[in-house]
Amino acid sequence: MLEVQNATKRFGGLVAVNQASLKVAAGSITGLIGPNGAGKTTLFTLISGFEKPTEGRVLFEGQDISHDEPHVRARRGIARTFQIVQPFAGLSVLENIAVGAHLRHAKRRDAMARAEEVGRRVGLGPELDKSASSLTVAGRKRLELARALATEPKLLLLDEVLAGLNPSEIRDIIPVIRTIRDEGTTILMIEHVMQAVMNLCEQVYVLAQGRIIAEGPPADVCDDAKVIEAYLGAGAAERLKREKVHA
Amino acid sequence: MTFRDIVPIAVVIALLAFVPAFVTANTVLNFLVFTLIIALAAQGWNILGGFGGQFSFGHAAFFGTGAYAAALLQVRFGMNPWVAFVIGAVAGAAVGWMIGYLSFRSGLRGSYFALVTLAFAEVLRILANAATFTGGAAGVLIKLDVRPDNFQFESRGAFFWIALALVGAVLVLTRWIERSRFGAQLVAVRENEAAAKALGVDTLRVKLGAITASGAVTAAAGGLYAQYFLYVDANIAYGTWISVEAILAPIVGGLGTVFGPLVGAVALHGLGEITKLAAGSVPGIDLMVFGGLLVAAVAFAPQGILGLLRRPGQSKGAARHA
Repeated sequence: MLEVQNATKRFGGLVAVNQASLKVAAGSITGLIGPNGAGKTTLFTLISGFEKPTEGRVLFEGQDISHDEPHVRARRGIARTFQIVQPFAGLSVLENIAVGAHLRHAKRRDAMARAEEVGRRVGLGPELDKSASSLTVAGRKRLELARALATEPKLLLLDEVLAGLNPSEIRDIIPVIRTIRDEGTTILMIEHVMQAVMNLCEQVYVLAQGRIIAEGPPADVCDDAKVIEAYLGAGAAERLKREKVHA
Repeated sequence: MTFRDIVPIAVVIALLAFVPAFVTANTVLNFLVFTLIIALAAQGWNILGGFGGQFSFGHAAFFGTGAYAAALLQVRFGMNPWVAFVIGAVAGAAVGWMIGYLSFRSGLRGSYFALVTLAFAEVLRILANAATFTGGAAGVLIKLDVRPDNFQFESRGAFFWIALALVGAVLVLTRWIERSRFGAQLVAVRENEAAAKALGVDTLRVKLGAITASGAVTAAAGGLYAQYFLYVDANIAYGTWISVEAILAPIVGGLGTVFGPLVGAVALHGLGEITKLAAGSVPGIDLMVFGGLLVAAVAFAPQGILGLLRRPGQSKGAARHA
């Protein structure tokens, strides 16, 4: 469904994403993990269109969308959430979601009805009439999710929707994400919460210093020496193995 | 938009329409017509600034274009004033689109956008002041020829009704914006442009739509001004005063609300007039009240007079939804 081919993004002298390639199969939940500063969010901005790749291409359903504006990509069916939540603070929760719903529904009444439905689905039912600025962190993350979902996307890009949530909130939201996939939306997610990645993803890509260093099912990737070193530093994989043997 | 959305507007306009039946003093009617013209200009600003969050400091560019178009088309080309008035509004829309295209396409926002609009208005003022076509510093005088088909009336009441009808029409337009997809997207742009883009909002198109409508409405106010006072010069038409008036009324009345600009214009000018009467001949006293009211509004009623009238504790968003 989505294919990134050798994407490179330079900001001046800094290479944020370096020759990264990945594929997301239709109907899957694919994870994108990596240490802080690896370039995960930059890769997301290339896919969602907020930045254009310096080199390489982004294909969506076989078409080259590398130079489409974000709103064009949204119309094609790509929705993203923001790692740093971006609510329309002056509006109510329902109105926030309705902006997303308006993408496919021109009439106010239809958009509102759709927004209400999506809001309830992600568990924002009781909050719909409250101001978006009054939501808790968990509420705002759900709002990000609801707004993106309201655009009825084919591909949903989730940028750390679980970060900052406590364990019980994470437990609540994981089934929501799984249901979204089961209802036919393909998901690509950046996530640090490994519990969620192990639970949800079929395929995981690991990004470190702008490069994809590993890919595969989550369990395999976690055992990969390169991945462990990317997180814990050179030689860490060796040391861990030794300690395991001694223990 | 439903029938229920229009009812409050219809009631307010209907009540105001009776005013000339009770008030016959020319000075009072004069003041009322002037206030409605300001309200109209402010309604234009409110579409772009209040709903779209794009603060223009140069709405004089539109007001002046409407005023000059109305005056010059009839004086220089003998056009019917009604037609000239409509063309003036269209010209305002065109100027709006052009300024919008130039500044929004280059991503100008916030204070940079404000400065560019101010610069456009000032350039137009200087040009109008210098060119012979526009009558230079002497301005343009529209010949007195009182005939209704000539957009000139015996009574000031007639002008009052025309101004009121225009204000009413823009109230309906604003209500429609508030209830439409375009309005939802415009407000989304105001609140958070990046998030709006991610949700499929073509932010450039939405902002261009807003500034075009805004330009047309404020230009209509300019055309009405020219037709009422039968005189236009650069400092009136393109002067900073009208840019400031167009900003102040919505801020005092309630930014991004349907009735805000009208309420604000009436409050500001009403209070100014009353002080002038009460304080007698102290020059500039009304301007001091003006300033005082603005400070009070910003400090104690950041959501304007209409914001004060809402039930306390109720959020802006929730109130609009209810």
